Amino acid sequence: MDVLEIARWQFGITTVYHFLMVPLTIGLGLLVAVMHTMWVRTGKAEWLRMTRFWGRIYLINFVLGVATGLVQEFQFGLAWSSYSRFVGDVFGSVLALEALLAFFLESTFLGLWIFGWGRIPKKLHLASLWAAVVGSVISAYFIIAANSWMQHPVGVVLDTSSGEPRARQVDFLAVLTNNTALAAFSHAIVASLMVAGGLLVGIGLWHLRKRALAGRSTEEVDHQVWRRSVRVGGYVSLAAFALVALTGDWQGKLMYQQQPLKMSSAEALCETEAPASFSIFAFNKLGSNECDDVHSFTVPYILSFLAHSDFSSPVPGVNDLQEQYAEAYGATYPDDPSFGDKAGEPIDYTPVLAVTYWGFRLMIGMGAVSAGVAAYALWATRRGRVPTSTVGVYGSLLAVGAPFVGNAAGWIFTEMGRQPFVVYPNPDVPRADQVYFFTAQAVSPGISAAEVWTSLISLGVLYGVLAVIEFGLIVRFARAGVTEGDTTPTPGIGGGSSHRDGDEPPRADDDASDDVLQFAY
Amino acid sequence: MDLQTLWFVAVAVLWTGFLLLEGFDFGVAALLPVLGRKPADRHLMLRTIGPLWDGNEVWLVTAVGATFAAFPGWYATWLPAMYLPFVLVLVGLIVRAVAFEWRHSSHDERWDATWTRVITTGSLIASAGLGAALGATTLGLPIGADGVRVGGAFSGWSWPALLGAVAVLAWSTVHGAVFLSLKTDGELRHRARAFALRLVPVAALPVLAWAALVWLRSGTVVTAVTLLVAAGAVVVTWARLAAGREGQAFTAWAMVLLASMATVFGSAFPVVLPSTIDPAFDVLVSTASVSDYTLTVMTWVAAFGLPVVLGYQAWTYWVFRQRLVAEPVHEEPADEEEVPA
Ligand code: HDD
Ligand code: HEM
Ligand code: HEM
Repeated sequence: MDVLEIARWQFGITTVYHFLMVPLTIGLGLLVAVMHTMWVRTGKAEWLRMTRFWGRIYLINFVLGVATGLVQEFQFGLAWSSYSRFVGDVFGSVLALEALLAFFLESTFLGLWIFGWGRIPKKLHLASLWAAVVGSVISAYFIIAANSWMQHPVGVVLDTSSGEPRARQVDFLAVLTNNTALAAFSHAIVASLMVAGGLLVGIGLWHLRKRALAGRSTEEVDHQVWRRSVRVGGYVSLAAFALVALTGDWQGKLMYQQQPLKMSSAEALCETEAPASFSIFAFNKLGSNECDDVHSFTVPYILSFLAHSDFSSPVPGVNDLQEQYAEAYGATYPDDPSFGDKAGEPIDYTPVLAVTYWGFRLMIGMGAVSAGVAAYALWATRRGRVPTSTVGVYGSLLAVGAPFVGNAAGWIFTEMGRQPFVVYPNPDVPRADQVYFFTAQAVSPGISAAEVWTSLISLGVLYGVLAVIEFGLIVRFARAGVTEGDTTPTPGIGGGSSHRDGDEPPRADDDASDDVLQFAY
Repeated sequence: MDLQTLWFVAVAVLWTGFLLLEGFDFGVAALLPVLGRKPADRHLMLRTIGPLWDGNEVWLVTAVGATFAAFPGWYATWLPAMYLPFVLVLVGLIVRAVAFEWRHSSHDERWDATWTRVITTGSLIASAGLGAALGATTLGLPIGADGVRVGGAFSGWSWPALLGAVAVLAWSTVHGAVFLSLKTDGELRHRARAFALRLVPVAALPVLAWAALVWLRSGTVVTAVTLLVAAGAVVVTWARLAAGREGQAFTAWAMVLLASMATVFGSAFPVVLPSTIDPAFDVLVSTASVSDYTLTVMTWVAAFGLPVVLGYQAWTYWVFRQRLVAEPVHEEPADEEEVPA
């Protein structure tokens, strides 16, 4: 493989990995902040224990999010330096502002929350968690604005004054209010809530069942903890799924204006159709990337509706679009050394059909699975019931993974769907002024394949090991649950001496101060 | 001062601030096997940096982000030229971050000891690697025309990189020791101070040498003064430590770094990355920078954002300002309590 291909694998692997932690950080952070707020407002023991339990999982996950995020910050320079030079005027400033306005907020206030139990006033302590969570959401906004700018560059002009073409920023607000970014941000936030909701449901049901089989009393606080987790998680998942569909529809409509080839590939729609039908299942040679080899079951009219909100408008097919793009941007890469091995080669404007087609369906399908499980959980726990069905409970536990897969599939679809461009041309801009960049020219010149292999392998192995340990820790912690058998109604009074798990807010002046450490670092 | 100069100063301040803050948590981590004789000591040492290291690390993220944002030409030349050292840094930072969190996930002593060792190793790798990168970008890398590295993967692993690595390692180790003497009490405090006192004269040499070399290449009168200040601050650190004034020693040792970095960046300006091949290939502030429009936008955002960030970060330092001591006898591993500073 050449440098370009290795670098792409590296970017894909590390970013998808980072995005396993990210949605849990965002979604669970929001839910833990709500739990903590409920505890501060009601003083009820179950809210406190929920905060402590889910908060701990949130933190275990958060650290891995930080660790893998660091890699992202360096990667643009290490392996994609031509890209970084080209987009530096816009892209870098968004990254720097993210660090300044979001990462400091997240990390500083999270430290305060972790170590602040019993040490700073209760309301201030709660506010520090909210500050951290808001930091995560702001960070998501900035980074998605950066990503959306690559999907749909706005607020820039092409600057050729220095001899080499560069994107030059002329309107920062346009970059931040890019409609692509607004849609993608809202979609990603609600998709994160699906991740958190699914986790609450899966683990909560498992504990409820275990307690019921062990004959534990439903009067205990712990029962309330799990029951409430399932209910909250279930409602959040269902609501988030509705919102995911709504925001996804918004994205789909934008995509038809901005990146028609991506959407038609996602549908394996070869020829322009009016009205266009929505494909449910494709067979034959999707893998050959020859659109005409593909046959699929379709539902008439639906695709026209998804693209244009009516049932008759034409939707352009892959074959027509491929021709249009070849005409506009060239049938072959320029014969220039900056394109490396690709110089002079023909350009395939159609993204990998199998990936876009199945990525899109996997994303939606996994969301639907998760929403189905949430509906089941709400139904099975209605009016105080406790489900003991093995299939139902273990199925829900398994389905915790579904929204993670959905999120990854969504990104892989988005990112691979924009190939062969790393910065996609904005069709609203006249052809001569368009700012765009091919992936083939984005990679760092002068680095060797051996170097990129080294980083790909070392990061890949490291990430693999971390995943195993992390997963083991979360499973062990989730199994142990909140402190067994403790029925202390109000935290801090009586019965706390045997805990090591720490579900009481420690005071700095007693034994329990070690709890702070148990809680996190 | 024009915007490009302003942002050069900002980037220099961010890198220096990163070294200053993350320096003590690198140092404390490096000293775990040296000063942390008992598990309780190591526990206490980690406790001093627990609430702070993540916030400190964001200084690095911001320094890198600002380098990219203001000078993409620098970012895109420097990082690929030092590809492997930066990858090592990333590996070090990753394992260190997860080890901070994971060592508490079990009460098994071996588990704890393993992750404590990982914290030390990861911190050493990361601080040496970043020192190497900074040394190389201020003393020179084999950069050819078009900002592309000449000579293969290891051509950047030269004596400037080595000097930078040693300088940052040595300076942070002492910084960590002084920090411990300031933040703990009891036996550990005295051991840390004695250790720092012994090391100060040696540990200051590489960072002063680094500053002196950059000054020799392109120094000015002003940076001659800052270089002298740095050297003077070493003496002050030593004297204040000997007098048992840890707070003043901490400030003086911080001054060693601040003045050295002022010398390094101040002398290097307007070159951000000198080429060892031909001065014509030097990466300059003017050629590496983004447009004035983008710099203006960032200046406005930073002007409002930065004071707020500095304010709340300083405030958390204040919240966690107490000295920590290990409790002498206790059946649980290492409980601590706080005594007011
Ligand atoms: C939708 C949200 C999102 C996306 C697409 C990304 N990230 Fe991320 N990132 C976050 C949302 C986030 C977060 C939720 O804010 C994290 C996760 C865990 C955490 O600590 O913060 C984070 C952490 C994180 C950190 C560590 C911050 C720290 O030290 O506290 C860095 C440097 C980055 N990210 C950079 C990136 C880059 C350069 C990305 C693009 C390739 C990227 N992230 C994708
Ligand atoms: C929001 C911030 C993001 C930015 C700025 C970003 C940027 C980039 C860049 C520069 C590349 C390399 C060039 C290329 O191959 O086209 C890339 C590729 C890729 N990214 Fe993203 N990305 C972001 C988020 C994500 C996320 C969250 C995921 C997945 C979870 C992801 C998945 C991928 C994949 C799979 C590739 C490789 C695609 C290919 O080479 O075909 N990206 N992205
Ligand atoms: C139910 C219907 C859904 C629809 C119609 C939908 C639609 C879309 C579309 C059109 C995109 C591509 C945007 C682009 O390339 O610019 C996208 C991306 C994405 N989807 Fe979905 N989606 C749905 C469900 C889900 C679910 C259930 C999840 C996760 C649990 C999810 C997570 C994502 C993510 C993470 C991305 C990439 C980031 C982004 O552009 O926001 N989506 N979705």
